[in-house]
Amino acid sequence: MLEVKGIENGIVLDHISAGNGLKIFNELFSETECPVVLLMNVKSKVLGRKDIIKIEDTFDVNMDLLGLIDKNITVNIIKDGVLIEKKFASVPATIKGGIKCQNPRCISHTDDYAVPTFTLVKANGKLEYECSYCEEISIYRF
Amino acid sequence: MRHLIEPEDLDLEEIKQLVNVGIDMFENPKDYAKVCEGKILASLFFEPSTRTKFSFDSAMYRLGGNVIGFSDAETTSAKKGESLADTIRVMGYYADIVVMRHPKEGAPKLASQYSSVPIINGGDGGHQHPTQTLTDLITIQKYKGRIDGHNVAFCGDLKYGRTVHSLIRTLARFGSKKFYLVSPEELQLPDSLKRQLIERYGVELVEVHFIEEVIEEIDILYMTRIQKERFFNEADYLKLKDSFKLTRDKLKPAKPDMIVMHPLPRVNEIGYDVDEDPRAIYFEQSQLGVYIRMALISKLLEVGPYARG
Repeated sequence: MLEVKGIENGIVLDHISAGNGLKIFNELFSETECPVVLLMNVKSKVLGRKDIIKIEDTFDVNMDLLGLIDKNITVNIIKDGVLIEKKFASVPATIKGGIKCQNPRCISHTDDYAVPTFTLVKANGKLEYECSYCEEISIYRF
Repeated sequence: MRHLIEPEDLDLEEIKQLVNVGIDMFENPKDYAKVCEGKILASLFFEPSTRTKFSFDSAMYRLGGNVIGFSDAETTSAKKGESLADTIRVMGYYADIVVMRHPKEGAPKLASQYSSVPIINGGDGGHQHPTQTLTDLITIQKYKGRIDGHNVAFCGDLKYGRTVHSLIRTLARFGSKKFYLVSPEELQLPDSLKRQLIERYGVELVEVHFIEEVIEEIDILYMTRIQKERFFNEADYLKLKDSFKLTRDKLKPAKPDMIVMHPLPRVNEIGYDVDEDPRAIYFEQSQLGVYIRMALISKLLEVGPYARG
């Protein structure tokens, strides 16, 4: 079995549905300069297969964006080799930053001051969010 | 400080009061000729407009105020890449109130977040045009005696027509329970708006294909322009355009006190021979737009009938 050692200081994203690990890496960590390990298709009692991401030397993660991609994720905060906190992702009721309005006519695409807040309006099967500027509904599917 | 970005920024009582003040301004213009003396309206039109821009300018002059501004963004710092927020921040030092039209949807809302003076949305892309809605409401009040309780039909481009979307939602807020929708399949009211009208306001929507099917029943016919570019091909446009054109013949069976409204510009969806019919009130509607805007400017500047204390 492939072995990856634990981290001393950083975060571990666990219970990522198999296949979502790479999406999360691309969306959240592709530009980080911290050491990152992405484990894919790890055996899991609950999920069958799961992905795991370990990032060293940072405690910063956008929980809203995580919840948007995969609401089952657990975030473990590790300090000095000890688990000090567990956070659970969930579908965000509102989200600011990290995603873009899908309406090409929205002011948020041309003015850096316009950072929209998206409000969840519907979540049966697909997540529909309303932009605070143009009020268009965007559907997010990662 | 208040802004007007969308019709929902005003509650129903405020709208009724604006309409009544607007009608009084129309009937007694001299009483209001100095209420904005010493005040300046910045008229920022980042895209072209005829009626909205000039009706605001006219409204401010009729209130005794002054107007600065532009009607071509090419001549401004926006052309140099300046953020709207920066333009608006500075404008607060030059003017007491701002009306803006912008091609990007949500631009007036962004402006309102950085402005030290009231912002009025004069139209943002296909999104909102609240002062057209107020213009429509003052017209309905003046010609039909009250805003609610009428059989209203909307005809033409109901898909992209922002004036239709705003007005139908506002009439639903006022308690209207049934609307007739006359449009080609391609230009029907968006599903999201239909859903909102039905679920939130309990409205009944009756969709028909020809004006003739409803003309005898309705009190108000709200016409809109059908643009050729909305169709996939010219043949479809040519085939359908006359079905949604109002002519003197089609108007014959209508009630004598029915009114025909149109936000203008009209192209060919209303025959010129309809203009002479007393039920055609779209030019008067445009005129009333000046007075409702006078009322709105007074309200947001808290002057005249809206002065504090």
